[in-house]
Amino acid sequence: MNHEAKRKIEGFIALLLSTMAALVGLFWLVFILGDVLVHGIGAMHMSLFTNDPAPAGVEGGGLRNAFLGHLIITGFATLIGVPIGVLGGTFLAEYARGRWISRVISILADIMVSVPSIIVGTFIYALMVRPVGHFSGWAGAAALSIIMIPVVLRTTEDMLSLVPWTLREAAFALGSPYYKVIIQVVYRGAATGIFTGILLSIARVAGETAPLLFTAFNNSFFSYNMNGPMPSLTVSVFQYAMGPYDDWHAQAWAASLVITLFILFITITGRLLIKWRYKQ
Amino acid sequence: MTNKVELEIKGLNFYYSGDIHALKNINLTIHNKSVTALIGPSGCGKTTLLRCFNRMHDLYPKHRYEGEILFRDNNLLANGNDLIKLRSRIGMVFQRPTPFPMSIFDNVAYGLRLKGIKKKSDLAERVEKALKHAALWDEVKNKLTASAYDLSGGQQQRLVIARALAVEPEVLLFDEPTSALDPISTSKIEDLVMQLKKDITIIIVTHNMQQAARISDWTGFLMLGELIEFGTTERIFTAPSEKLTEDYVTGRFG
Repeated sequence: MNHEAKRKIEGFIALLLSTMAALVGLFWLVFILGDVLVHGIGAMHMSLFTNDPAPAGVEGGGLRNAFLGHLIITGFATLIGVPIGVLGGTFLAEYARGRWISRVISILADIMVSVPSIIVGTFIYALMVRPVGHFSGWAGAAALSIIMIPVVLRTTEDMLSLVPWTLREAAFALGSPYYKVIIQVVYRGAATGIFTGILLSIARVAGETAPLLFTAFNNSFFSYNMNGPMPSLTVSVFQYAMGPYDDWHAQAWAASLVITLFILFITITGRLLIKWRYKQ
Repeated sequence: MTNKVELEIKGLNFYYSGDIHALKNINLTIHNKSVTALIGPSGCGKTTLLRCFNRMHDLYPKHRYEGEILFRDNNLLANGNDLIKLRSRIGMVFQRPTPFPMSIFDNVAYGLRLKGIKKKSDLAERVEKALKHAALWDEVKNKLTASAYDLSGGQQQRLVIARALAVEPEVLLFDEPTSALDPISTSKIEDLVMQLKKDITIIIVTHNMQQAARISDWTGFLMLGELIEFGTTERIFTAPSEKLTEDYVTGRFG
């Protein structure tokens, strides 16, 4: 067999294997999303959004409390996580640029991104739940924000590093102090990228269950009280899916669909922003 | 061209971090309302010298200045100098255009707002003046709110010059301002530089010897961190007293 023929066969095998791997991955993805879609649409009902859970076994309950609780917890997590992440990323990319401390924190943040979220949940449980003796919405928001921070921090750092250094020099040359250079020039240059990172980090935590299980727990009632247990969609889905009633299963499917669409929406918005930014 | 002294450089030595001796005992006088060109082969220290005038090196750690640069009789290298004030008196234009990611108007108004000018009418008036001064007004007057990135490279460079002019500096430093531009944009910037010297002192670093010959009144030739020769541009290009200068300006090396 000559050399060219051998190379052709090798190329064909590589193509075949990678195509098959892609198809296997794609199959499960489509299967899961399709399953959620079919079951979710079948179970979708207005009462899901307007009613609170009915007593066990009683038909007609909804998950209004869980939708709201989920938004509140995610909202507070964003309010805590985004400023810390953005300011931390600013420290790494600007004030500590090129120093060893910046490298160390960057690497630690990268590790944090891949830490199993249940560890974050148990950590906050030990820190904020056990000492006070009860679950709380605040603990849930804190756990989610800890998952958000490294994501936001690293994107901010990367986006700020992409802003050309000469732009900062030009601002310095006009007599601008560093904090104004950062706020007025560098942030503007990196705004789309940082905002995209924030969106993707929200998408990342919006689907989390494990960190909420040990922190916000759940609540069958409508609650604004962040100091007490708070309902969330993901934990409700978990409990309803495990429960014995068909009605619960249906609601779990519908809620799964809503979460999936919410995350899909945020992710697509983020991707579009990236595309739009690089078109400029 | 007047003979009043704008900047007096006395025994200037400059070291980058790691004790790299980048400028060696530079003595030089920059005349008021004139164009001084700094020429020399790559790595000779001309940009390093330029960046001493607005203390740009201070942004980086472990640099060291020795000697004096007298600016209106004050040593601008003195410790405790207000760099923010200094940089509003000595402006700088870089090799590549550096418009900020904001509108054309906001770009020019940037330095003015830093100085605390907030009144809309004042800002508008001074932005217009600066853009006219930089020969850009007619091209942008109908799109002041457009992004500065919508302008061409040559227009961006003139925008950056307008931004520097808006704060009415006494000295303007140019670091190879045309090396990233096409010939037409280059000649516009050169015309502009010659216009500007009526009002301010200009120091320009250039790789292009024709450019130095065309637009400058004084020329300094640097090599390996030393000022080999300094004099009127006419003399440097027609009758240099140093062999090195002659070799360089006639294109024998560099």
